Amino acid sequence: MIKIDLKLFVTLSKYLPQDSECLELSEKTTVETLIADLGIPFKLVKLIFINGKRQDYKYQLKHNDRVGLFPPVGGG
Amino acid sequence: MMGTSKFAERYDRNFNTLSRGEQKTLGVSKVAVIGLGGLGGSVCEMMARIGVGHLTLIDGDIFEASNLNRQLLSQEHLIGIPKAKAAKKRVNAVNSEVIVKHLVEYIDESNMFERIKDADVVMDCLDSIDTRFKLQDAAKKASIPIVSGAIAGVTGQVTSIFPGDKGYGLIYGEKSRKQSKGVETRTGNMAYCALFVAALQSSECVKILLDRGDILRNKLLIAELWTNTFEVVDLV
Repeated sequence: MIKIDLKLFVTLSKYLPQDSECLELSEKTTVETLIADLGIPFKLVKLIFINGKRQDYKYQLKHNDRVGLFPPVGGG
Repeated sequence: MMGTSKFAERYDRNFNTLSRGEQKTLGVSKVAVIGLGGLGGSVCEMMARIGVGHLTLIDGDIFEASNLNRQLLSQEHLIGIPKAKAAKKRVNAVNSEVIVKHLVEYIDESNMFERIKDADVVMDCLDSIDTRFKLQDAAKKASIPIVSGAIAGVTGQVTSIFPGDKGYGLIYGEKSRKQSKGVETRTGNMAYCALFVAALQSSECVKILLDRGDILRNKLLIAELWTNTFEVVDLV
């Protein structure tokens, strides 16, 4: 098992699981799997960042990763 | 041009964060502000006070009552008045030395390049994602950097996009070129978030004009104010 720190922004926050700051996942979980398991519609996630760097859906999560999922923010 | 003593007095509190030479550089700089709502209205105010000498202010919209919660330029007696007109009046009142061109019109592919081509920096304060992509294309053609701000609720983002950078493609995805609105349609926008992001945009603009400090190029600053989360994401 691995543990990650998950942050979901704006409207995605309603999908935040309990213990999101120390979320247990099986090894080799990808961002794509994580999003699907949380029930987040893929079209709502525009930007994925891990440890402060943009990544894509195929990124394989590692122990202690800081994960952020960000929706489209366009207001002025 | 303002006399030497008047110049020194007006900008006294900018010194010595800025040098006299840097202040003069700002005085001959040209900035276009596209969109004069929550972000753009506040950006205008800061550009005028900082002393950016030439401003082009563009928005086709008029004030509505729903603007009053956050848009600095809006006032009850200005409901129904064009935002660009109010912006020019405000800038003139704050700093009569600034040369202001205001345009009460929406920008689109047909007029965008012409409107921005003489600017040193374009401030993207728009409220639609598809128009942001078009502005990025026009700014690339004109070889001008963009400082982009966007908000939803208490969340904001800021980045600087230089000609040739992937910019919005990295933030929204290329498939979003035709998407008009983001999650702000669900959250609305809070005044303090709009002002905060406008302040960061103004800071980026000054740094680009003066070629000084660290610029958010290929980086996205994300702020979420309920949780005090502030993160600078490397986009490439």
